[in-house]
Amino acid sequence: MNDPASAVIDCDIHPSVPSVKTLLPYMSEFWQESFVARGIDGLDLQSYPPGAPISCRPDWRPDKGKPGTSLDAMRAQALDPFRLGVAICNTLYGGQIAVSETMGAAVCSAVNDWIAAEWLDKEPRLRASIVVPAQAPLLAAEEIERKAPDRRFVQVLMPVACEMMLGRSYYWPIYEAAVRHDLPIGLHAGSMYRYAPTSTGWPSHFLHDYVAHQQTFEDQLLSLVSNGIFVKFPTLRVVFIESGVTWLPGFIWRAIKTWRGVRAEVPWVKQSPAEIIRDRIRLTAQPLDAPPDAKSLDRIIDQIGSDEMLLFATDYPHWQFDGDEPLPPGLNPGLIRKMRHDNPLATYPRLKETLQ
Amino acid sequence: MSMTADLLDRQPQTDARLGIIDTDIHPYMKTPRDLDPYLSARWRKYLLEYDKFVCGPYAARGTYPRFQPNTCRRDSWPPGGGLPGSDVDFIREQHLEANNIAFGVLEPLLNANIARNHDAAAAFCTAMNEWQKQTFYVPEPRLRASVLVPQDDPDAAVKEIESRAGDPAFAQIQLGSKTSEPLGRRRYWPIFAAAQANGFSIGLHIGGTQNSAPSASGWPQFYIEDHHMLVHSMQNQTASVILEGVFQAFPKLKIVLIEGGFAWGPTLAWRLDTHWKKMRDEVPQLKRPPSEYMRTNVWFATQPVEEPENPEDLRQTFEWIGWDRIVYSSDYPHWDYDDPRQAWRIKLSEAEERMILRDNALQVYNFG
Repeated sequence: MNDPASAVIDCDIHPSVPSVKTLLPYMSEFWQESFVARGIDGLDLQSYPPGAPISCRPDWRPDKGKPGTSLDAMRAQALDPFRLGVAICNTLYGGQIAVSETMGAAVCSAVNDWIAAEWLDKEPRLRASIVVPAQAPLLAAEEIERKAPDRRFVQVLMPVACEMMLGRSYYWPIYEAAVRHDLPIGLHAGSMYRYAPTSTGWPSHFLHDYVAHQQTFEDQLLSLVSNGIFVKFPTLRVVFIESGVTWLPGFIWRAIKTWRGVRAEVPWVKQSPAEIIRDRIRLTAQPLDAPPDAKSLDRIIDQIGSDEMLLFATDYPHWQFDGDEPLPPGLNPGLIRKMRHDNPLATYPRLKETLQ
Repeated sequence: MSMTADLLDRQPQTDARLGIIDTDIHPYMKTPRDLDPYLSARWRKYLLEYDKFVCGPYAARGTYPRFQPNTCRRDSWPPGGGLPGSDVDFIREQHLEANNIAFGVLEPLLNANIARNHDAAAAFCTAMNEWQKQTFYVPEPRLRASVLVPQDDPDAAVKEIESRAGDPAFAQIQLGSKTSEPLGRRRYWPIFAAAQANGFSIGLHIGGTQNSAPSASGWPQFYIEDHHMLVHSMQNQTASVILEGVFQAFPKLKIVLIEGGFAWGPTLAWRLDTHWKKMRDEVPQLKRPPSEYMRTNVWFATQPVEEPENPEDLRQTFEWIGWDRIVYSSDYPHWDYDDPRQAWRIKLSEAEERMILRDNALQVYNFG
């Protein structure tokens, strides 16, 4: 590893669960028998079909099998070439979206134990998010309690589109557990698909579905702010993973304007949404849905109004960029340094235990 | 000289101000029975018994309670009684005269086009179109009606469009920004074909049916969320019509996005282009990058105008979108109304102001 004080931290990297069979050793006898007897497999997310272009960069796609299942490939394609000091594993698998609360919890627990044993134990550069069944907040809180003592878990991960808006009190047990262990909540693009992916129904194309995730991030941000989550949990940070980023300034302008007009509805929101967002929200900068010219990108970065919000990520093996440089041209070097190291370190307090 | 020219150039000696085109004025009814003269006995009875019978939890109001009675400016209630927006004389005095409005496009938000019973929707749309014409356009020709259509019954919608074609009372076709399915789906194409064939632009006004949740994660709790999230329906309809190839099939179709904000326009364009590059095989119907269709076939109405923290970013946003794509809207008589003299905190040049307040709209609307 490079000098720990300047190590590049990748805040979004994706190991994939090859199949349910991989997880069986990490399940109780009841669930082992259930999955085998019922022949349940194929729990990949509709939001990331393994064969879809988004799910793997063409030159990273393995000859056979699902992308992201090989630690050696991750080393050769991401950890080494991008000279990553640390990478945070965000596993996306069916436990997080299952309709069954208990089955969802069983799969999430198995994923967490599997990632610890087969990835973190083998590769010291890796950290991981605790995946939880957000469809069962009490079970999710239990899972956080169970895994939090392992300091290599640095975040709690949920899909951005769940069964309810995330500001609702239904979810507060998850936030209480996360705050208790000083873990940020990571919201990753992806949906449980309990509702149509857009407010005007189910789009025909995956491209539209993927692009529309940005709006769900915005919706959840409104929900979190309006429901007073950041007042109730004054140390909670939320990381938006794979949101696209450049939507943020326009969103902030409208959030301020609407809050000025009707803030009487949410009297507990005493600060401008802009201040709350800049203080408590972090965003991985992969993808960065950038304008075609560096000057405009610079303007957008300026409008974001903080150099502490953006976090470096490769999103490996997802296809967000080609070539060797994950970031678009035109970002200033000072910001890049903060994105690669300082900001992740401030966002994920547990990283400081090994990197300072 | 045509009436268009007369109205645009009126009072040149006494009033040097620009004749403004307002693309969003909301008409209301004086009484709930105002549609009766235009309805058959069957639908008069239906209206009395079930009202419009739309999606949503309440029998006679929207899901999210607003902050002002009837969502309106407190000074917009007519002195003679009735709802704001229901009295032609008071609209004339408070808005048209006061702001030198040359044309105002009526945008009724009265649920005619979102009745769950499609036959009812067709009857209510026809009646409400005639009501707009007789109540507003006839006494005050500066006010132009929208053709409301039962959008989920394309045959009836096309019939209604064709029956209003060529009538100067009607300036555009109006659809809600929330439709039963994404707007680019082929079930809506007969409407686009009729719009293009008859020279009507389509105004998408925020609102529409509530047959699906406002978010992929369900229902927000507060109006402060819902009000903002309506913007997202506009983004989706824009993405949908572009990606389904609507503008490829109907290259002359013009869509105006009304009350949906516009700061998101450039960022949606960048996002669509960024990801289209990887997934273009999925949408072979597109012959150009998605942003280019937005640039040629989509317009943005200004209200509620964006208020960047740094006011100069508004100019940057207009530049990214294109100055020729922006049309002024007031939203009169609603609470978040934008005064044409005070809407933006930056100084626009005379040429820029003229484009936004008048000339761009002339390229879009049909004021015959």
